[in-house]
Amino acid sequence: MFYRSHVLVCGGTGCTASQSNEIIKQFEKLLEDNNIENEVKVVKTGCFGLCEKGPIVVVYPEGATYSRVTPDDVKEIVSEHLVKGRIVKRLLLGEKEAEDVSKALEDVGFFKRQHRIALRNCGVINPENIEEYIAREGYLALGKVLTEMSPAQVIDIIKKSGLRGRGGGGFPTGLKWEFASKPQADQKYVCCNADEGDPGAFMDRSILEGDPHSVIEAMAIAGYAIGADKGFIYVRAEYPIAVTRLNIALKQAKEYGLLGRNIFGTDFSFDIEIRLGAGAFVCGEETALMTSVEGKRGEPRPRPPFPANKGLWQKPTILNNVETYANIPAIILNGPEWFSGIGTEKSKGTKVFAIGGKINNTGLVEIPMGTTLREVIYDIGGGIPNEKKFKAAQTGGPSGGCIPADKIDTPIDYDNLTELGSMMGSGGLIVMDEDNCMVDIAKFFLDFTVDESCGKCPPCRIGTKRMYEILEKITEGRGEDGDIEKLELLAKNIKASALCGLGQTAPNPILSTLRYFRDEYEAHIYEKRCPAGVCKALLRYVIDEDKCKGCSLCARKCPVNAISGELRKPYHIDQSICIKCGACMETCKFGAISKV
Amino acid sequence: MKSLAELKAIREKALKEINLRDNADKIRVVVGMATCGIAAGARPVMNAFVEELNKRNIKNVNVLMTGCVGACRLEPMAEVIDARGEKTTYVKLDADKARKIVVEHLVNGRPVIEYTIGETERE
Repeated sequence: MFYRSHVLVCGGTGCTASQSNEIIKQFEKLLEDNNIENEVKVVKTGCFGLCEKGPIVVVYPEGATYSRVTPDDVKEIVSEHLVKGRIVKRLLLGEKEAEDVSKALEDVGFFKRQHRIALRNCGVINPENIEEYIAREGYLALGKVLTEMSPAQVIDIIKKSGLRGRGGGGFPTGLKWEFASKPQADQKYVCCNADEGDPGAFMDRSILEGDPHSVIEAMAIAGYAIGADKGFIYVRAEYPIAVTRLNIALKQAKEYGLLGRNIFGTDFSFDIEIRLGAGAFVCGEETALMTSVEGKRGEPRPRPPFPANKGLWQKPTILNNVETYANIPAIILNGPEWFSGIGTEKSKGTKVFAIGGKINNTGLVEIPMGTTLREVIYDIGGGIPNEKKFKAAQTGGPSGGCIPADKIDTPIDYDNLTELGSMMGSGGLIVMDEDNCMVDIAKFFLDFTVDESCGKCPPCRIGTKRMYEILEKITEGRGEDGDIEKLELLAKNIKASALCGLGQTAPNPILSTLRYFRDEYEAHIYEKRCPAGVCKALLRYVIDEDKCKGCSLCARKCPVNAISGELRKPYHIDQSICIKCGACMETCKFGAISKV
Repeated sequence: MKSLAELKAIREKALKEINLRDNADKIRVVVGMATCGIAAGARPVMNAFVEELNKRNIKNVNVLMTGCVGACRLEPMAEVIDARGEKTTYVKLDADKARKIVVEHLVNGRPVIEYTIGETERE
């Protein structure tokens, strides 16, 4: 059957949460009602990246991109666009209503600056149909590798491409493969780290949801390169859509003989199994992850021995991140020179970022290394809501740090971020504006690491807790002279003595906020003041007697009856009762209430 | 999967399925699908275009819909717009005529003069 039109509906987690499944059902029903179900095909795809504007629906051949579609809008799209060929302008993505054209996805500002390699198929194909992946050159790289190249040649290509681990550390991938290819062993393993744990990061989830075969293909290529016939994908059970699509993809790959015995008629055999993680952050650390795959409690162990020599079940193992794998087939097909031509001197290719926080276009973007933070925030991210001022961006999650406003023009790559005291991390990028308190941010991340510390080594188990307590004290207005120095000493010792990456990087959010925003810490401690007006214990709501008209609105709104006064005379807030909820300030029509 | 050739065969077939989602530098066949067009039988015309193009494995043509151009008495109409923007307007179509346009115009590059608006209006 031939279709004249394809309707692509985003089936990523974000859009699924905003009813994209209902939208698909509604399309199918209305197409049938209009007797055009044989002319128009509805396709569920992976994430388009523009989660803020979701659910996204793209109609081909016109390429019209509709945003924030609701199940109720479907009727109009079907009756106007699909039956009569009239594009529904009011739903078009981000374009001025007056504009008459339907823009191709690639022409929208959000996509124009991007360079999609790892996300090349996300939002383009149906991830549950292996043939759509094959149509986009899928498994061609595996075929090429198995029939035309030696394992050493494959490793050489990856080395030459300059690809570095996208999980955060940035270790050269080719080198990792070479280490694991050297030892002689009866069994080797290829592992995929899909235990994405940083708060606000969802790149790996989107790739698994939108293009699971790219990871499967790359793992098979890695298996051939190091001499392994068995792979494991460690993915968190909290990603149900990703797990479902991975399972479908694995089943289809086996049916098509792209996994299993004698792939492409060669001696090479490869199989992959999924292991579900229970969502512990520490299991994203390589030794803890492998221990968990083995079925034991997910705790790290000291290195060396490194996994390349003794990994899973003491056998040589490589572990790469989802995004790293997603780059591999493209590198094989286009050559290492193509890949190393993108990016900066020491960071090649692209990086996917999940942008969140105080930003207009929350979503997923893939940019060439070396793009500046300013371009990401203003050109792609659409700037900061309500014309607020940019204060800092947080990268690397609980292991990373902040990039302050005066460094906004730094090109983003591994080395520059490390130099600024942050890190690339897995790609979470949280934008903060003038209303964010940096001490509070540090406390948020410490709270996370305290929770997620596995408890095996004391520096991490006890040290992070002590640091958290000091931060709590400072934000509650009980900070005292010497606290900052204590934090610095603790941070230094924890970094030097913790067992694994989790503990070694846990102090980073504190160190980096201290480096750029020490004055905020000092204001909290010495002036008992929170400059951003976030820390409740340090702020007071007050009524300006000159502006107050005595209308009593705030007094009626106050949930704890802290406001009293006489009608038509200035009111007053009792600070001993006030819970600082801010309801009075929101409700005042005369702007008489302010935070100090 | 036994060979690269087998993979490539699957790819050829699958590419036809998703070719529609690539709209760079293509010839466009725009069919009038307003109420007047639909009433005059534009839907079978459009389907004939789609089917015939797919049957002949022609990848560089997109079939699109448009609204009423004002010449309702000449519906069903279709315009073929080539990559350079040159336009040929066909009128009073049916499914068979559409198939012929695919063969003559889109495959062989010879516009079917007898179905064009200029020729029809002269009568």
